[in-house]
Amino acid sequence: MLETVGLTAFYGDFQALFGVDLSLRVGETVAIIGANGAGKSTLMRSISGVIANGRAAIRFEGEAIGDLPAAKVVARGIAMVPEGRRLFASLSVEENLLMGNYGRKVDGPWTLGSVYDLFPILKERRDQSSTSLSGGQQQMVAIGRALMSNPRVLLCDEISLGLAPVVIRDIYAAFPRIKASGASIIIVEQDIGQAMKVADRVYCMMEGKVTLEGRAGDLSRDAIHAAYFGVHA
Amino acid sequence: MNWLDTILQGVLLGGLYALFAAGLSLVFGIMRLVNLAHGDLIVVAAFLILVLVTGLGLNPFLAALVALPVMFAAGWALQYFILNRTLGDDILPPLLVTFGLSIVIQNALLEGFSADSRRVPAGSLETMSLPLGPVTVGVMPLLTFLSAIAVIVVLNQIFYRTALGRAFRATSDDMVTAGLMGVEPKRIFATATGIAMVVVTIAALYLGTRANFDPTIGPARLIYAFEAVIIGGLGSLWGTLLGGIIIGVAQTVGAAVNPEWQILAGHLAFLIVLLVRPRGLFPRAID
Repeated sequence: MLETVGLTAFYGDFQALFGVDLSLRVGETVAIIGANGAGKSTLMRSISGVIANGRAAIRFEGEAIGDLPAAKVVARGIAMVPEGRRLFASLSVEENLLMGNYGRKVDGPWTLGSVYDLFPILKERRDQSSTSLSGGQQQMVAIGRALMSNPRVLLCDEISLGLAPVVIRDIYAAFPRIKASGASIIIVEQDIGQAMKVADRVYCMMEGKVTLEGRAGDLSRDAIHAAYFGVHA
Repeated sequence: MNWLDTILQGVLLGGLYALFAAGLSLVFGIMRLVNLAHGDLIVVAAFLILVLVTGLGLNPFLAALVALPVMFAAGWALQYFILNRTLGDDILPPLLVTFGLSIVIQNALLEGFSADSRRVPAGSLETMSLPLGPVTVGVMPLLTFLSAIAVIVVLNQIFYRTALGRAFRATSDDMVTAGLMGVEPKRIFATATGIAMVVVTIAALYLGTRANFDPTIGPARLIYAFEAVIIGGLGSLWGTLLGGIIIGVAQTVGAAVNPEWQILAGHLAFLIVLLVRPRGLFPRAID
């Protein structure tokens, strides 16, 4: 349903992506792993429309969407949980969640109520400023906010960054329910462990290229190691 | 000299300054754009109302009602097609462009309407007054003040109770992430400037009916508006009203002491507040 075809991306003269081919099928969860600077976040920003690309480089449900701005991409059903959470500081928790469906109001499993069911702590904190929450709770708001648009594709960029292992486990515990709701998911992580557990397939990136791709269960640790660091352990 | 009367007139005058300032405050709060042509846009709206009143024989309030959507559209287009191009990391381009716009507007109005002082005729309403205990208040000043309160209540409702208001605040916080939510910042900014022009039109109605105006008075109105916004604290509309009242009271008290001191007293009050509370009386917690 979503694919990138020879995707390249630049920051000024610096080329961050060198022809990335990636595909996501309906109902699938794909993990993209790689070291810092491998181009994972650039890939997410390209798909979500924050970075403009060639029209044909990204296709979604048969249409070329590479050159659409972020607002048009989310309207088509691709929502992103951005790296670093990026909550709106002057909005309350509930207002942050309500922003999630600003550009795409469709009927679906995700409403304010079902997001609160998924993360009950947010209901207690609904009127608080989003900056007063712990890091893990802020990440829950960021995920809930993206779900509010009932996305066909959910992009999660480094959701475990800066969080304690026990908090990361709590957040990943929500993924089976998100998958069951029908969304296809792309998870970007530096931390391989959690991502491998929830993913059906894995792409490993290094220096702006895909170095390894395969089913999560089929890849050996050595192969991932080689693709991740570019050396054989 | 009746001090109670003087202070009350000052408070009511503050309502007019708050109307001048509310649109400026709104635009600055959402997109960090300082519109140096704000005062001139008030004068444009006043001339538009004047044309509707003298040309079509409309009642000034009805004329303002007709002018509202026109000014909204003009503000929307101004932001969407011109001012949006100036926004970015550098704060200088919007200042230069709106400064230029201010000069263009003044000269275009001079060409079209000459330098004569004008006034929007409001009939018997101009001189009507209400006895309130020991003092008497003019109906127009009272309407001005009540309009300022109504404008601030409505703007606050939009800002804090509607999806549009959430989008305003979210875009002000983080434009890129707002885009990920489906917000198109350029349209949000255009809508904000459109709303600011609606407030400008209401301000123009009272500017035009209460006092004489000519094409060159815009920049002075801009200064009062700036002072009201800064006294109140950036981003707080109620603070802006209080800022307007402080300047208004300072001016009427100054004028009561010595008519030459009216304008000076307002500016001095502003400087004193700036010395004591550099961030204004009600600064926003997050900036």
